[in-house]
Amino acid sequence: MDIQVIIDNLPLYLQGLRTTIVLVISSLLVGLCLAIPIALLAASKNKWASALPKAYIYFFRGTPLLVQMFMIYHGMGQFEAVRASFLWVIFQEAWACALVAFALNTAGYTGEILRGTIEQTPYGEVEAAKSCGMSNAQIYRRIILPSTFRRALPAYGNEVIFMLHGSSLAGLITIVDLFGAAKIVNARNFVPFESFIAAGLFYLAITFMIVWGFKKAEHHWHAYLRPRES
Amino acid sequence: MAPAQLTPYGNGNTIKQMRTPRVLLITVVICIAFLAQAFAGDWKKIKVATEGAYPPWNYYDKSGKLVGFDIELAKNLCGRMNIECEIVTQKWRGIIKGLNQGQYDAIMAAMSITEPRKKLVTFSRSYADTPNIFVVRKDNPLASFRSPLEHLTLDDISPAEQAALDALINALKGKVIGVQVATINQKFADAYLGEHAEIRIYDFQHTVDLELYQGRLDALVGGMAYWVPIIKSEQGKEYTIIGPQMTGGPFGSGIGVAVRKKNQDLADMFSTAIDAALRDGTIKKLAIEWFTFDTSAPQ
Repeated sequence: MDIQVIIDNLPLYLQGLRTTIVLVISSLLVGLCLAIPIALLAASKNKWASALPKAYIYFFRGTPLLVQMFMIYHGMGQFEAVRASFLWVIFQEAWACALVAFALNTAGYTGEILRGTIEQTPYGEVEAAKSCGMSNAQIYRRIILPSTFRRALPAYGNEVIFMLHGSSLAGLITIVDLFGAAKIVNARNFVPFESFIAAGLFYLAITFMIVWGFKKAEHHWHAYLRPRES
Repeated sequence: MAPAQLTPYGNGNTIKQMRTPRVLLITVVICIAFLAQAFAGDWKKIKVATEGAYPPWNYYDKSGKLVGFDIELAKNLCGRMNIECEIVTQKWRGIIKGLNQGQYDAIMAAMSITEPRKKLVTFSRSYADTPNIFVVRKDNPLASFRSPLEHLTLDDISPAEQAALDALINALKGKVIGVQVATINQKFADAYLGEHAEIRIYDFQHTVDLELYQGRLDALVGGMAYWVPIIKSEQGKEYTIIGPQMTGGPFGSGIGVAVRKKNQDLADMFSTAIDAALRDGTIKKLAIEWFTFDTSAPQ
């Protein structure tokens, strides 16, 4: 074990840590914003409305994230038309390509999580809302969506962790995230075990925080499910 | 009651007891056979590893056949040494590890002889010596860069060479430069440009080329024998070579055959064969065929 190499390269790892966190948080935010309309449409009983979002979910869950990312990063640059257009300003940057790929991917998974929870909303709650005279929009805003978000929490926590780990793929397209930093340290010092275990420990630490955060969130929003404390 | 119990199970036990040492014996014999083959002193048959992704040195042609300068030369040298050679391909990253783990006995993959690598393997004498250069797209501002010196040797830098190096570093300030991982180009870029430019490291040379083509890189550091044939072809009309032809320092001292440290005898056999191939012009002929110019190492 050559720990000195890791200590010497700590600034690089910290830079990678920052990139990973920023990348994961922005992808999750964009992905969640996309996932909500996708889930609402996919849960619709109207076949025409649900066809497209269902196809979207199927595509992004059905192909590996790596393939999606390579299609965007390497694939887009292949077309002269893309390189000549304003789109190239975005796709030229590896960072933007990763963000687009990750956001679209997590939107697919999150959309499916939300669709499932929306469909499983206890019908009694919806009936009660109807009998109180709420409109459809009110039912969604006041009853279905808040209850969906609450019940989707544990599954979404899983998705956040998957996204964190999936984000290591960014290191393959020249981004210096945690994995990218480990790759560089390995390339310069030929110490694969030390370089990758260091990145692994950082991922472990972030995962620990995510798990802790979701535990707190569940404690708060699932309070009504707990047996009353005497 | 006791004897009745012993009869059926007792037999089974004796068989089991006999079987264990036999299995052990066979395993040991197989292991020794493999080890003997891997460490045999007299070389009858060896495996030579190459990358298979670095034209024109070693690559798969359109029909999926492994071809290139290294391949042709390997066959020629093996003929001279009277050894049967099997050529295998191995990803560049890890190619030295595979050698030292005994997966093959020699590497011929355009590998430059450098000090850090000499700590891990033994090299034959060099069979080729090619400078390294910068490649840019013709529409990049860097394309108009002219170096005050045509050749730049990075050991014992003279004031004129220092001036040329400074001019180069100055031109590349803040640019994005691509190199393949664990190559002399990466060593050079890290050591000389790391503080001035952004260095991006890729697993494969063709990914570096693609990124330069798509304009994500301003320049790349590459081998001249790799780039001259590309630039002369239709495929390379977008690129141009800039900067001096660099040798020495991190670029090492020529390209050689790598073998395991303990196989000095094999390295010597390769060296003798290479000497002969240099003398009778075989290497020059192959170089002109594959690179369009003579890359022969000095005799």
